[in-house]
This record gives sequence, structure tokens and C-alpha cells, in this order.
Amino acid sequence: MTGAPEPPTSGPPVPAAAWAGDEPLVFELSADVEGGPREVECGVPELPLEQLLPGVALRTRPAAIPAVPEPVLARHLGRLARRNHSLHQGIYPLGSCTMKYNPAVDEELAGLDGFADLHPYQDGDDVQGALQLMWELERHLCEITGMARISLQPAAGAHGEWTGLRMIQAYHAARGDTRRTRVLIPDSAHGTNPASAAMAGLEVMTIRSNADGTVDVADVSRQLDSSVAAIMMTNPNTLGVFEKDILEIAGIAHQAGSLLYYDGANLNALVGLARPGDMGFDVVHLNLHKTFSTPHGGGGPGSGPVGVAESLVAFLPVPTVERDGDRFVLDHDRPQSIGKVRSYYGNFGMLVRAYAYIRAYGSSISEVAQDAVLNARYLQARLRHLFPMAVTSDSMHEFVASTRGSRVEGLRAIDVAKRLLDYGVYAPTAYFPTTVPEALMFEPTETESKRSLDLLASICDAIVAEAERDLDYVKSAPHQTPVSRVDEVEAARRPVLRWKPEA
Amino acid sequence: MAYLPNGADERRQMLEIVGASSVDDLFAAVPDRLRHHRLDLPAPLAEQDLVAELERLAARNHPLGELDSFLGAGVYRRYIPAIVRAAVARPEFYTAYTPYQAEASQGTLQTIFEFQSMICDLTGLDVANASLYDGATATAEGVMMAVAHTGRNRVIVAADLHPETLAVIRTYTRGRGVEVLTSDDASRTVGAEDACVVVAQPGFFGTVDEIGPAAQAARAAGAVSICCADPIACTLLVPPGDLGFDITTGDGQPLGIAPSFGGPHLGFMAVRQELMRRMPGRLVGLARDHHGRRAYALTLQAREQHIRREKATSNICTNHALTALAATVYMARMGAGGLRRVAEVSAQRAHHLAARLSGLDGISLAEPDRPYLWEFALRVTGDARDFARAMRREGIVAGLPLGGVAPGRSDQILVCCTETSTPASLDRYVTAASRVVARAEVNR
Repeated sequence: MTGAPEPPTSGPPVPAAAWAGDEPLVFELSADVEGGPREVECGVPELPLEQLLPGVALRTRPAAIPAVPEPVLARHLGRLARRNHSLHQGIYPLGSCTMKYNPAVDEELAGLDGFADLHPYQDGDDVQGALQLMWELERHLCEITGMARISLQPAAGAHGEWTGLRMIQAYHAARGDTRRTRVLIPDSAHGTNPASAAMAGLEVMTIRSNADGTVDVADVSRQLDSSVAAIMMTNPNTLGVFEKDILEIAGIAHQAGSLLYYDGANLNALVGLARPGDMGFDVVHLNLHKTFSTPHGGGGPGSGPVGVAESLVAFLPVPTVERDGDRFVLDHDRPQSIGKVRSYYGNFGMLVRAYAYIRAYGSSISEVAQDAVLNARYLQARLRHLFPMAVTSDSMHEFVASTRGSRVEGLRAIDVAKRLLDYGVYAPTAYFPTTVPEALMFEPTETESKRSLDLLASICDAIVAEAERDLDYVKSAPHQTPVSRVDEVEAARRPVLRWKPEA
Repeated sequence: MAYLPNGADERRQMLEIVGASSVDDLFAAVPDRLRHHRLDLPAPLAEQDLVAELERLAARNHPLGELDSFLGAGVYRRYIPAIVRAAVARPEFYTAYTPYQAEASQGTLQTIFEFQSMICDLTGLDVANASLYDGATATAEGVMMAVAHTGRNRVIVAADLHPETLAVIRTYTRGRGVEVLTSDDASRTVGAEDACVVVAQPGFFGTVDEIGPAAQAARAAGAVSICCADPIACTLLVPPGDLGFDITTGDGQPLGIAPSFGGPHLGFMAVRQELMRRMPGRLVGLARDHHGRRAYALTLQAREQHIRREKATSNICTNHALTALAATVYMARMGAGGLRRVAEVSAQRAHHLAARLSGLDGISLAEPDRPYLWEFALRVTGDARDFARAMRREGIVAGLPLGGVAPGRSDQILVCCTETSTPASLDRYVTAASRVVARAEVNR
């Protein structure tokens, strides 16, 4: 991204580069709401609509959606594409999001007619390959996580969390234990954890973290009682630190009758090397769009399979995929199931990509975790002289730095984040976890080369040096992006959430 | 290996800077007994072997394009213009994530703003969000919004809501002390104890009923009205907002998104202004940059989980931005006029097929007096599954046998036409059906 023009003081704007100026909305590109592209021939005798739909009130005022001529639309999309940072342009170290490269072949494979052109209600005989893929993917994910069974149904990580909590509730209820209405969640947890608990009707209790960033076992013990349904943990946690006391926590949780929930957002640090099931977790959700490389899509679609230990298998959402000899079938007849959590069987297109990703690495998948951790540790080592780290313990696939205590007083996380954009780098996750002031959470992932990490380190060096010379310049960044710093406060004060036709 | 750019040299140099003697050292915090050294996974594959493996699985399926398919029931095989696929195949869109940094994400943000605007126009409502997972979860979220908004604990759901949507509403409400009641006439059932009424347009069996009274009855009872609508149908029928509905939800799959064995599709939701702050999900708003230029940003984030945690309106984070982009491009390519033409062609062909089929002995329309759009329930002689199997042997996916979803309808099959159901395929349906019926007659 280069060369956003200074705004002209008068007259119509003349952008320096054609794509850099204001991009019209599709509504400004065409006013044709009646016509449209060349119509397909109906090919059967047409009846008047009043005869076709007797007594039905038809729309008289067309929706204000213009048909944009294809060449105009193509350029609109091209110009918008240039206004986006993406993985194909530069490093995307957005912590906790695992922005790794999405293999080109996986996109092709998911688009095969044999996958994309299948209807969920086709007869089982016509979709054996799809069911087999789901069955095999479940087996591979079980092996990777150490869980007994996995539902591929949830559409995203948060959806998997809520699904997992619903199963935990069903588990306790089936045992006649109806007092368990609370969930313990660390203060450093992703916001989705408490939000999912609330959606399941559970009360959220916060667990404190130690100075080393791990969960305070004493605080867990203090809060554990017969009202606790589950403890939700992320391991490594959002500071990138492995929860070294995990086996002890699992022990005391189970002793108190609570279950242990694993937020799989950070599995990239451990994939192939250590398994949540072995750590004592009873329920695990995965983010296929993180660890298993399905594209993030600008905000989804993702996929959030959820796995369970043997004791919770009966509660999995319906349907499950079962093998019957060399045939694969959907099993809807599971009386203890929590029910359906979405329509059909999951984000199948994402499952194809994740399956292909796992098959490409196969038994060597631990190399992913090894390089992910090495890359993060290396980047952290290269940035230590610039930013204090949130914790002294060794981090794994991501780390949290803080601008508080850097050599430039007044340099804030948002300033570094915005200035990075000028250098063609997406910003790390900023101001999260909330337990760390001025937090910048870096997760480079295993698909960045050393050269790319060196570049990012030298850019951070340059930004701190710039801030020393001219803090205001850094504070008013970005300067090179298609738009400069966006006034989000004003946008929220008077929300305009849609284009409206002029009255 | 597969997608790892660093080699042994780089790793050695990096370990040196880190101050570790081996990669294993980096995992020192993980107790030995947790280190799993051999996973039972298949051997790694070279790209061409991977492709062969997946093509082998794909070949075990029979995609709709190989057959004459008349399956609908919530998932529609509509024509997807090439520019839709070209747009979602751009890495600038598909490899980015949630546009947290507005200045480097204007492309995604503007397309979402366009999507929100189009959904508002389609549904006749004030505010639409950036997307939800699918039509079923969008409707369930709408129900939970209504429960929170009214403080009431019963919901009335039309009996002809999509069965998957009803099932998901049940899962979302169970454990929250919310009772779900299905009704054949929601407008007469809704009362002062109800949080909301949910109706479908069209209904699961393809029919179009007068749904306005349900919205008015809900309003009179102080309840929220929710319409679960097909987006293409919104171009032909009076939109739900104009009929008085407070919330419209639905699945955007018909808007340029492949069936893909049930997902990913696209949940959408539009609401009246008063409900804006109760909405789940991302919202993109118009903004200005420091030079006063037009820009877009995520807004009203105080509703969301990453700010409000357990007090958020929903837990949704990752939604369905890329399929929302597909829908945006599809709608911009077609325009309201083109969308309406899609609706009309589908309806014309469905009525043409229905008329010809009901002329065959042993076949009739299940509900001949109710208007329908492009899907209709056909009554056959005997179990509809047998009819479907016999038709499949003729290369035709005749529709969805209804016994599995509606116990009283085991002799019915739900038949769907779209603009991809060619006149020639309609002819083949009729020819095959007459053969199947004749054979059944002989065997009786």
C-alpha cells in the first residue's frame, strides 16, 4: 500500500493513483434496479404472476439493488481488493488468530464438483465420498487431540465452545447433578469463553493468573465446589505460556466433579506434539481456520469441531457419521444428544480443506508446531530490546509485548499497530489480553520465513527510532494506507450502517 | 515440508539467537509424560498424490450437476455467475481476517457495508449485520434476542418452519428456561406471555401464506415478530419489513453460494432500528478518516464478546464474511431486476412441472389450493421413498421424500425448480415419472 494522496483543497478529488481515492459504493456505480444481466430463457409457457400466485401480495417497489455491469463490477472488486492487507502481501502476525498460509491446492480441492456441488439431502449412496472424508477427518482429529469422538458440526470456534458447554451441561444433568451452574474462566481468556458460557446459561467466575502468566492453582482450588460445571482453559494460554500445572488442575477439577474444557485457539503450538486429551481435558474445540489452515475469509467462514472424552460421547450433536462395513451413514438416532447446533452437518467446504491439509503433513504434522514455536521465539528474541515482554516465562507460538516501558515514553500499542500498517505489515492483536497494559500480541506462525521475521524485527526497530525522533508522526500513523486513521468513536456515536437511496 | 519456508540453516541460526540448543528445548515447559511422539496418522503426501487421493473421494460422490436434480428444501442449486467465484478466489479477500485494523481492511469493510445495505433493502428493514453462520443459527439468535428484549420465556414457531431451523432453536433455548411451541396459525396463538412469533416465507413445503397477520398479532401482544425468509423470494413478495416484522433472518445460500453438502452457507439478520443494540455479530459503519475522507470501520462493538465478555449480546466472533462477499457480488451482478427474474423463472418452471406431473395417474399436488413459489409437495402412490429411488435409477433426483421430516407426509415428495432446472430436464422428470408410476401400477 503506497501513496495515499493528500486531499485537494478545492475542486473534485484527483487521486494520485486511480485505486487510492474514494471507491464508490455499488449503489453509486449503477442505478439499474429494474434490468439486470441477460436473462435465461424461461423455456416453458409463462403465466401471469397473479395467476401463478393467486391472492399473494407481490412486491411493487423493487429493492434498491442495482445491476452493475460486469466490467464495472470487476474493477470495483479489484480496487477494493487493493485496499485490503492480506497474507499474500505481507506478514499477518495477529496473535491468537494463527494467520498461516492457506495452501492453494486446498482451495482447488474444496471447489471440486464432487464436493461443492453436493446437496446435504442427497441419498447416502450418492455422497459416500463426502461421508468418508468426514469420518476420516474425525479420526485424524481424534488422534491429534486424544479425544474419543468429534462433532464436525459447529461453524466457528465460539460455536464449538457453546456446543461443548451444552454437552457438559447435559453430562451433569444425566447424572442428576443439577447444581452445577458456574464456569471458571481465567482472566486472560478469549472473550468468547465467558460469552459462550453466558449463552449456555452458565454463570462466569474469573480465575486469577500468576505473575508468570499461568493459572493460579490455589485460586482454582478456592473456587472449585459442587456448583462448578467446568473450567475453561486455553493451553498454551493467551500469553503464549504453557500451563505447566495442567495435570494438577485436571486432577483437582475432576476430584471436585467438574469437567475441563480446552479452547483450541492455540493448538498450533502443540499440534502433533502434545494432546489435550492426555492433559486431562474432557471437551476440546478446534479452530480449523487456525491450526488447520482453512482461510479466514475476512471474518469467516471458519469451522469449530468439538471433541469429547468417552464419557460425553452420548451427548454429541446429531447427526454423527458412522461406518457400517464399507458404507458410511449419518446417525440421527442418538437419544441423549444435545440436538442440532446448526443446519446440516457442518461447514463441509472447510472440512475438505482441513482434511487435505492434514493429509499433506500426515504423520509429520508436529513440524508445524516446531516451526511455529521457533518462529515466535525468534521474533520475540529480536524484539526484546524494544519492548518489555508481558511475562518472563518462555512463550510458545505467540508472545505478548507491551509498549509500556519501551524507550519512548508515551508510545502506545495502537501507535505501533497503526504505523506497522504503513510498512505493509498487519498489526499484532492489540490490547489483548486485557490483563497486560498496552499489549501487542505477536503470532508469526510457521509459514513465515526467517527473512520475513527479520524484516518485521527491523521494521519495529525503525518505528521505535521514528518515535524517538518524532512521536507525533508515529501517533498520527498510518500515513501510507488508502485511508488515514479512522475515527471509530464518531462512527459509533452516530452509526450509519447502510447506504440509503435518496428519498 | 509441505508449507514450511525455513530450512535447516535458518533453523540453526534462529535457535542460536533464541539461545536454545535444539527445537526440543523450546518445549521444555511441556512435561515429558505429555509428549506424544508417534501419532497414528497416514504418511505425508506430495501435492499430486494429495490431489489424486481427494479426487478419488470426490469421485465416490454424485454431484448434482451429473444428475437432473429437483432437491431444494432449504438448499438451492442456483446459477453462480463466474465473477462471484473470481471474487471469492482473490487472496486479498479470502486470506484476510476480521477487519480490526480499519485502515488496512477497507476492502473487506466496504463490501460488508454494501452487503448490510443490500440485506436491508431486500428485507425492508433498517439494520443488517455483517453475517451469521447460517439461516438456522441466525433465526435462533433472533429468538434469543426476542427473549432478552421482552423478558418473556415462550416462543411461538410456525409449524412449517424448516425442521433444521426448529431443531436449532430448540437447542439454543433448552437450558435457558425457554419453551418452544409450534403452531399451525401463529397469529392466533401469540399472546402476552410470548417473547416472539417465528414464521417462514416461503414455508418449508414451498407455500406462501399471508404472514402479515402474525406480525400484527405479535405487535398487539407486545411480542417480537421474526420472519425467516428466502432472500430471492424477497424480490418477488412484499418484504417482511413492509409487512410489519421486527426481525428478518434467513440463509443467503441461494445468493451465489454453492450447496457444498450443507456448508458453508450464510446466515443473515436484519432488524428494526430499536433492536440494533441487541443484535449479535459484527456491524460495519460509515466513518471518516483524519483527512475527512469516507471510510468504513467495525462499529457498536460494545455489544460484542471481545469487549463485553459474558455481557455480550452473543458469543459470535468469526462469522461468514467470505460467503457474504459472494452474496454481495451476486446481488450486484444480478441487480434487483435480475434477482426477481430468477425468482420468476423458478416459479414458472415449478408450476409448469407441477401441472404436467399432476396430470399423471397416481400423482397429484398435496396442497392444490395453496399458492407456492418454486417448491411443491407432490403426492405419489405408496411410500415416496420408493418413488425417489425409482426416479434416481433414471438419473433423476426427484426431490426430498417428506416422511422423514413430517410423519404424516410419507407419501409426499418435495420438488423444487430453479433457473438451473432446464426445460429439457423437466421433460425428463415427467417422462421418468410416468414410467415409474406405470411400473408401480403393474407391480400392484
